[in-house]
Parts: sequence; structure tokens; C-alpha cells
Amino acid sequence: MDLSAINPVLLVASLMVAATPLLLAAVGELVVEKAGVLNLGVEGMMIVGAIAGFATAVESGSPLLGFVVAAVAGAALSTLFAILTQFAQANQVASGLSLTLFGLGLSALMGQSYVGIKPPQMQDIHIPLLSDLPVVGPIIFGHDIILYFGIALIAAVWMVLKYTRVGLILRAVGENHDAAHALGYKVLRIRVLAILFGGACAGMGGAYISLIRVPQWTEGMTAGIGWIALALVVFASWKPWRVLLGAYLFGGVTVVQLNLQAAGVAIPVEYLAMSPYLITIVVLVILSADKSSAPAALGRNFHASR
Amino acid sequence: MIRLEKRPQPSRAWSMATPLVAVLATMIAGGLLFAILGKNPVEAIRTIFWEPLFGEFAFYYRPQLLVKGAPLVLIAIGLSLGFRAGIWNIGAEGQYIMGALFGAGMGLAFYPHEAWYIFPLMVISGAFGGWLWAMIPALLKVRFGTNEILVSLMLVYVAEQFLASMSLGLLKNPEGFGFPGSRNLQQYESAHNADLIAGSGMHWGVVAALIAVIFAYVLLNRHMLGYQIRLTGEAPRAARFAGVKPARLILFCLGASGMLAGLAGMFEVSGPSGQVSIDFNVGYGFTAIIVAFLGRLHPVGILLAGGLMALTYIGGDIAQSNMGLPSAAIQVFQGMLLFFLLAFDLLTNFRLRLGKPEVA
Repeated sequence: MDLSAINPVLLVASLMVAATPLLLAAVGELVVEKAGVLNLGVEGMMIVGAIAGFATAVESGSPLLGFVVAAVAGAALSTLFAILTQFAQANQVASGLSLTLFGLGLSALMGQSYVGIKPPQMQDIHIPLLSDLPVVGPIIFGHDIILYFGIALIAAVWMVLKYTRVGLILRAVGENHDAAHALGYKVLRIRVLAILFGGACAGMGGAYISLIRVPQWTEGMTAGIGWIALALVVFASWKPWRVLLGAYLFGGVTVVQLNLQAAGVAIPVEYLAMSPYLITIVVLVILSADKSSAPAALGRNFHASR
Repeated sequence: MIRLEKRPQPSRAWSMATPLVAVLATMIAGGLLFAILGKNPVEAIRTIFWEPLFGEFAFYYRPQLLVKGAPLVLIAIGLSLGFRAGIWNIGAEGQYIMGALFGAGMGLAFYPHEAWYIFPLMVISGAFGGWLWAMIPALLKVRFGTNEILVSLMLVYVAEQFLASMSLGLLKNPEGFGFPGSRNLQQYESAHNADLIAGSGMHWGVVAALIAVIFAYVLLNRHMLGYQIRLTGEAPRAARFAGVKPARLILFCLGASGMLAGLAGMFEVSGPSGQVSIDFNVGYGFTAIIVAFLGRLHPVGILLAGGLMALTYIGGDIAQSNMGLPSAAIQVFQGMLLFFLLAFDLLTNFRLRLGKPEVA
């Protein structure tokens, strides 16, 4: 075992990369839940985004186009969820699960001819001088554009929810859909838009895994990250900046665990690989005592008849 | 414009009919999918639904129906109890793995000793393994109010890693030339879950599944606990006033489903699969969710749905070898089934009315 081989600067830099898919998916789901909808299909939307983005990037040679298509694919899949829960009044838990099961199958089907291919690489942004600074350079500067986009998205969601009329309406729909309806807001339309946004974010998160974090396609490669993203929303008590914090925490666990594996720590690899999931459970337990900040109408369907 | 009008009472007729409508719609949509993949859709659907039952080699496939259907029914029965009460155990796959590990571990501990009591002990420890794994989300929910959906799911990934570590470590076959995976229980008579009638596919897991169906039916229709489960699902507040203790219900529902999933894993590893190996689990725990919903959370319905789902597995295998249909296509097919079922459920609770909404 050689722990000195672990470079703390690289550790932090790779932690940010590991956290980005989680962060994207979780901030999307946060918006969905703020609108009062519980979409358990994040894992399914992520994996479909992962293969859609991967395939597009390979065929077109442009990773950026891959991310765009991944967002569209995630949103398209979430449309199914929107139809089921918002128009057909189906149970949200069951619909979300079916989305995940369907997405896992669909992605496996789509990805058959893409196993073992390397995708085109996303260029890191290299700013002369700044990127070359010791310690700060590799951590803050010199990542790919999507990573910064994720952080900007958190800020944007926070601003919109806190300071704008759109955010106020969204929250009203999530807190009390009957009251929002009585005030004349289109509850279903707002919820559908939130679901589409969540789908697009999850799709991009998935593409980040297949294009940047792992750069390859394997079946079921999201391996529960979508579910951890759901847990992350609970962890963050539905607050955007805490999503960022939580994602970096989980990203940290993942990266440290991988580094320990590489350093040959005496703990068997399987037990290290378990750790992100176990820590998610522990965190859920610690934070589940406080449910006060959950949107009041979360998981309840709205139907405008009396 | 189509308008929805809530029915005062859910329609019983539609409740029975939606699974059939959903299957038909899935066949059509699935046919389209197969056509897109460049296969003859009629041929593919026929291969999946007809070949295993009445085709030339049906004598070979019919026993397979029992082998594949039993674990699905066993797990789905357990899940349905919780689903009815709004307790969502999504981690049956993990409980299935733990049941298999505990069951196989018990059997291998006796190797090569032969005795009549080994198999019953394995059954007990398999059930215990699944129960234990389900108790984690159950106790956390009761004690801390933790979300059981997320916890039970996280535990699936933990169980998968545990399975890998067991098949590379403690349970590895010492005579396996270093390959991962345990000894084959099919070659260890006292631990082998063999066909009760040779070649029929009828092993102890099938018997257990049938018992579970009867047991669940009696529980739900004739027993106080079953009444409490139904009441909690339909009117949680009323249930509280009627003296239902939510904590006890959570422990019971998760415990029972974990136990049944554990049993399914144990019967599988000691019978058809025979061996603990890294990818021994094949997603029965997740497919069982579809089975539970397709069966309307009703024991008899689940029995039928389990049969249907087993059919798609076997038919899918045949279509894979005969027509080169990708195996993932069947997974998509099964996912679609759940989609259509949930969508058509609309008709159970709502009436469709044509025309403009009246202005109140």
C-alpha cells in the first residue's frame, strides 16, 4: 500500500469530474420535485442520455452535439413519464420505476454496436497562466465546459427559484396545486415543463458519464448514480447550493474509494466499491429526520375536477 | 376535446381488462420495434408467445415456464403486499441475492456431508438472508423515517458487490482452478433443489410460489392483517384511526417480501442456476415489479402475470437464437408493458368524455 501515490490536487480535480453527472441529474430532479412531482426515472433517463450522447458524439465527432442530443433524449423519455402521471393520472412511483426499467432496456438495445469504441474527446478549457498556477490551476481552471455549465446551472436554478416570478409559480404548484390552480396557474403545464427540464438534465448527466468520466459505453454503466441523485435531493433539503455540496461529497467518496483501490489498500475491492452506496444510506438516515423543507404536494397527482 | 371525469367507484370491469389491453398494445408497439430492428414483427410476436407453448419444441420449453415463472411469482407476491399499503420495496433484487448467498452458504458449509436436513436448513437460511436484508430499510424507515425506496435500492448495489466478493472469496470453489464462482450445488445431492418429477421443471421453488399465492390470498381476504394492509393503501388516515400500527405494517410487509425474495434466490441458486457466481442474478427482482403491477397486486393475477412474463423470457430466448432478436429488445418489451398498463389504468378510475368542458 502506498498512500503517498495519491496526489491531493489531482484528487480534488477528479472529484469535480466525478461529481458532475450527479450534480446535473440532481439539480434537474430538484426542479421537478419543487413542482411537486416525484420522478423516480432518473436512472433510466441518465442511461438513455448516456448512450444517445455517446452515439451522437461518435457519429458526428462532436462531443458538444452529443450533450445536446443527450438532453433531448432525456427530455423525450421524460415525456412518457409526464403523459403517464400528468394526463393518465398514473401513480408517480410506479411510473418512475417503469421509466427506469424501460430506459435500461432501451439503452442496452441502442448501445449494442457501440461497445468498445472510444468517443471523441472533449477539450478541456486551457487558459494560459491561470491553468498553469500551482494547486489552484488544475482545480479551478482547466476542466471541460460541461463541468462549468453544471455549476452555472446550480446558480441559475437557485436564482430562478428564489428571485423570479417563474420560480414562485413553480414553488406554488409544488406546495399546493389546488391553490395554484384556483389562482389560475396551469398546474399540469408547469409540471410537464419541469419534468422535461429534469429529463434534459438527467440526460446530460448520463452523457457526462459515457463521454467524459468513463469515456466508453457499457450496458448499465450508470450503476445507480441516478438513484444517488435522487437521494442527493433529499440530502440537499431541496436547496440548489446544497446539491453542489452533496455532489462534491459523493464525488469525493467515489474518487477516494477508487484511489484507495489503486493504491492497493488491504480492504477488498468489492467492499470499497460498496462504500458510495453505504454512505448514501447513512446520509439518508441522518437527514431524514428533517422533512420540513420537502414540497408539500410532492408525489400527489393533480386533477382539476370536482 | 377529450375530458376526464373521475368515476365515483373504480370500474371493476376495466380493472380486469386493462392488463389484457396493455398486453395487446405492447404486442403492437413491440411489433413496431421489431420491425424497426429489421425483423418480421408477426414472426417475432408469434415466436415469443406461441412457440414456447405450442411450437414444435414446446415439450422442452413448457418446464422452463415453471422455472422462470416461480421466482417472479414468489417475489411479486411479496412486493404486492407492500405496494398495496404504499410501502415500496424496490430492492427485491438485493434480497434475492442475499437469500441465494445465505442458502448456498449454508449448503456449502456441510459439503461433502450428505443428510436429509441440509436442504430444509438451506431454505430457512435463504429466507432469513432475504428477510435480514429487507429489515435494513424497514428498521430505518420505522426508526428514522428514512425513504425505503432509496435505501432498498442502494442495498441492491451493495448486495451485488457482496456477491462478487463471495464468489471470488469465501464461497469460491477450491477445486475450480481459480475461476470465480462456488461449487455446483446440482452435483451435491443433499443441497440440490432438483425437479420433483424429473424433466417437469417442477422444483421446490414452484411449490413455494403456489403456497405463497394461496397464503397471500387468504391473508388479504380472510385475515385482519390483510384488511389493515388494504385499508392503509386506500385510506391511510382512516387506517390510523382504525388502530393500524404503521410501524408493524412496515416491518411485516418489507419482512415478508424480503423473505420471499430470499427464498426465490435460494431455490434458484440450488436448482436451475446451481452456482453462486458474479453475475448469478438476472434482474428477477426488478421484473417482479412489473409482474406485481400487471397482476393488479392480486395473488391470482400475479400468478397469471408471472406466467406471461416467463413466457416473454423464454420466447425472447427463442427469438434471439432463431431470429437474431437482441436480448435487450425483450427488456424493452417488458418495460413497455408496464407503461401501457399504467396508461390504460386511466380507464379504471376515469371516464373519457368527448366534448368541451362545461363552464361551472
